[in-house]
Amino acid sequence: MSSRIKTELVEINMGPQHPSTHGVLRLEITLDGEVVVDAKPDVGYLHRGIEKLAEMRTYIQFIPITDRLDYLSSMLQNAVYVGAIEKLGQIEVPERAEFIRVIMMELQRIASHLIFYGSMGLDLGATTPFLYGMREREDILDLFEMTCGARLTYNYFRPGGVSHDLPDGFIEKARAYVKKQRERLREYDDLLTNNEIFILRTRGIGIISAEDAINYSMSGPSLRGSGVAYDVRKADPYSVYDRFDWSIATFDGCDSLSRYLVRMQEIRESLNIIEQALDMLPPGRLEYKTPQRLKLPEGEVYHHIESSRGDLGVYLISDGSDKPYRLKWRSPSFINLGALAKMVRGWKVADLVAILGSLDIVLGEVDR
Amino acid sequence: MSEFVEKAIRNTFPDAVRETAEIDGVLNVKLDPLLLVAVCRFLRSEPELAFDYLADITAIDWRDRIEVVYRMTNLATNAKVVLRVDLDRNKPEVDSVVPVWRGAEWQEREVYDLMGVVFRGHPDLRRILLPDDWEGHPLRKDYVIPD
Repeated sequence: MSSRIKTELVEINMGPQHPSTHGVLRLEITLDGEVVVDAKPDVGYLHRGIEKLAEMRTYIQFIPITDRLDYLSSMLQNAVYVGAIEKLGQIEVPERAEFIRVIMMELQRIASHLIFYGSMGLDLGATTPFLYGMREREDILDLFEMTCGARLTYNYFRPGGVSHDLPDGFIEKARAYVKKQRERLREYDDLLTNNEIFILRTRGIGIISAEDAINYSMSGPSLRGSGVAYDVRKADPYSVYDRFDWSIATFDGCDSLSRYLVRMQEIRESLNIIEQALDMLPPGRLEYKTPQRLKLPEGEVYHHIESSRGDLGVYLISDGSDKPYRLKWRSPSFINLGALAKMVRGWKVADLVAILGSLDIVLGEVDR
Repeated sequence: MSEFVEKAIRNTFPDAVRETAEIDGVLNVKLDPLLLVAVCRFLRSEPELAFDYLADITAIDWRDRIEVVYRMTNLATNAKVVLRVDLDRNKPEVDSVVPVWRGAEWQEREVYDLMGVVFRGHPDLRRILLPDDWEGHPLRKDYVIPD
């Protein structure tokens, strides 16, 4: 008897309309039975040419467009773009505004990781975590809404400040949220983190070594899940991140489980940062008016921050006018997705879904 | 660190460096495009430099030339360096750095797609964001936006 059943390679399409591709992503998968021989991501279905759009808009007009890149972390998209403008224009930011920004950025990171928590569960057939994650995310969106009126696309960061100061009652509500989220995290762990089926489906699956992850320019939780302690908040501190006591979350399993655990730990670290920022928030009211016309001096700047998905960078070149001469968006989702093929070869097609989920990409940011 | 890196490049490749500048505290080195990959290999493999992380590749259309910009980091020490090459705008071609950093594969495809720079020796140089039959490269300054 032959030891191996003779099979034929089959090519199938996954996406661009598929619930587990997390958006309009198409994968060309070559299968040998159930085993993935190759997977070629085909991206660009959501390409809007934002780098070209930037050249046709003033600096201020472009801020709302950044919201539409990684739409699960719009605050962070605002932050990196406005940060680049401030660096090039040497625009001062009041300390109170910096602390408000940190609170918003960390709330946003948690909101994004909560979606990850839910969708990771969904990808593996568990529907309840999604409801739990969404429930707490709602509280964060309420905080955003009471501050700037929007629940998804905030247009909140402005050169030299933020569009609105914190409204009355924000601080109490934020503190109550932090307390509640800490308790709920235990529930999350009971439901998913310590779930035997979940562990079996993620531990040792979708391995990428630290060396390979670096070689593929991966960043964010997907890099830290391979044990590399690189976080832009620590490496190149921006805003007031150097004033808080927190640590970089890393796990060295190099697998889907480690990438998951990094994000769960990051939620805890973000809660710590938010609590400290609320304590240290300078009192007073923020008087801020968005400049109607903003011209930046001739020159260039590269600014990067740690977004929910990794090393998010903006390379801005100014010719001295009120529009960018060139703007480049360094998208962590795009670059992390470039390593997918390497990570899925040899695994079962059902694992491919979990491996892709563990990269936590957002197609708005992949395609730009 | 910047001085050390500059000296290391100049000593090993006396003819490679065209000019240097410091922008935001980061060393920027304008290189002879023909020596780009050799310099990259050196920056990555030399134990004292070890620029193991390719953070970003992008290109700028300066109307008279196209400049490709490479941004590297040593993740252990957080040292940074930026390499730049000027290419002929009518025939922008440079060797691919994919053999040095795998992360360059998609980033070079993006630069090819949007700016029209051809990376010689790239394993799979196709458009990545735009459809395969798209005409032109939108980030060129003379690109006419179709209706």
